[in-house]
Order: sequence, then C-alpha cells, then structure tokens
Amino acid sequence: MLHLETGKYAFFVWPAYGLTALVFAVLIATSLGHARRWRKRAEALARK
Amino acid sequence: MIPAPAFLTNPERFMAFSRWAAPLFGVLAVALGLAGLWLGWTAPEDYQQGATVRIMFIHIPAAWLSEFVYACLAVASFLALIFRHALADAAAQAAAPLGAGFTLLALATGSLWGRPMWGTWWVWDARLTSVLALFLIYIAYIALRASLDDETKAARAAAILALVGAVNLPIIHYSVTWWNTLHQGASVFRAGGSALAPVFYWPVILMVLAYMAAFGSLWLVRIRGEVWRRRAEAAALRAARA
Repeated sequence: MLHLETGKYAFFVWPAYGLTALVFAVLIATSLGHARRWRKRAEALARK
Repeated sequence: MIPAPAFLTNPERFMAFSRWAAPLFGVLAVALGLAGLWLGWTAPEDYQQGATVRIMFIHIPAAWLSEFVYACLAVASFLALIFRHALADAAAQAAAPLGAGFTLLALATGSLWGRPMWGTWWVWDARLTSVLALFLIYIAYIALRASLDDETKAARAAAILALVGAVNLPIIHYSVTWWNTLHQGASVFRAGGSALAPVFYWPVILMVLAYMAAFGSLWLVRIRGEVWRRRAEAAALRAARA
C-alpha cells in the first residue's frame, strides 16, 4: 500500500517531486520539439 | 587509431538505430520509474529521516546522472576533437542541456532534503560546491556554443572546455573522502556493502536505471534533432548557392 502521507515534511517532499516532474517535462518537450522542427525543415528543403 | 563505435561514424546507421532505440528506452524509463516509485512509496518511512527519505529516490538518481552525463559529454567531446566526428560533436552538444537539467535537480532536491535534515538549505562543503561547479560548467558549455557564429570554432572551444571540466568529476566523487563534508559519504556502493536497507536500496537502483533509460532516450532524440538541423542548414546553403 502506498504511504502518501508525508506529515510535517510535505513542504519539502512534494516540491521535490513537483520540480522533478517539471524539469522532465521541459526536457521531454524541448527534445521532441527540437527534433520535430528540424526534421520538418530538413524534409521540406530536401523536397525542393 | 582507436576504432569508434559504428553508429558514431555513420549518421545513416545512427539514424536507423536511434529510430527504434529512442522510444524503446523511453518505454523502459517509464516502466522502471513506475516500479521504482511504487517500491519507494510502499516502503516504510525511515526511522531517522521520516518521509524525507522519499526525496532520496529522486535525488540520488539525479546526482548520479549529473556525473554520468558529463562523462558521456567528455568522451563525445574527445572523439569530436581528436577524430573530427560530426556525430560525436552532435552527441556532446545534445548531452549538455540534459546534464544541466539533472544537475539542477540534484542541487534542488538535495537542498529540499537538507533543510529539514541538516537545518540548512545550503552549505559550502566540498560535495555541494563541486556539484554547483559542475552545473556552472554545463551552463558555460551551452553558452560558449551559443555565443560563437562559426560552428567549427564553437565545437572546438566547447570540446576543450568539456575536457578541462572533466577534472571536476573525480573531485565530486571523492570530495566526501578527501574533505570533511556535511554531505554523507558513499552509501549505495561502498566497500562492505550498501548502507541502505533493502527496502530503500531497490527503489534507488530502479530509479537510477529509469533515469539512465530516460537520458538514453532523450539523448538519442536530441542527437537526431541535431543531425536534422545540420542537414537542413547544409541544404539551405546549397539552395542559396544554386
């Protein structure tokens, strides 16, 4: 069973997980966005 | 001449490999991460740290990856500098933002653990300071590449910076041995066995593997993006000359 109760340490535990999720979200979004943008650009230029 | 891995010398082979490897590593990262989080959050609280022990399941992997990614960046920089491999240079460039992200997480989650356990958000001890230096080296690497218009010069200067910065890796690793630090010494892998109880050891190991798989996936995606960017810019240049 999950022990989600963090008591008096909630102020430290949840921000740590929240920040981790945020940084991963940024890394995933920027990585996929960069790759997609340049793939489309390269493919468009190759068709010309 | 040292033979480099085939995918580092042949962009076509790399693109074919990474097309299936990137999503595979991504799925692996999610599966390992869910397993690690499940074990970590079903484990009892630590008798000394209380619920803050849950921070260790995301802090230790981030700290390990901050060094591991830099080692990858340094090796790729060495290959790019010595053998002039364009793909190795792209690999180094792609690793830097990921390493900076992991290092930021190591510093921030460590601080969030340190405040309730040590009574302070930050202390200038050797481990924390050397990891902060690592973060600044990542930022300097990214800034250096962005600041020079000539990509060849930027790649060369950044590779030299990356190799010089690699000196910091053993300093980080041995900082808790060489100096008296508030940061505890090695606890997961050490002579005489892990200091962690199995209920904490396995979630940490699974989360480290999850972070490594996530890095593998994002690294491949970023290198692919960099290959496409270089192809697009080469095509644009050809079109402009025609």
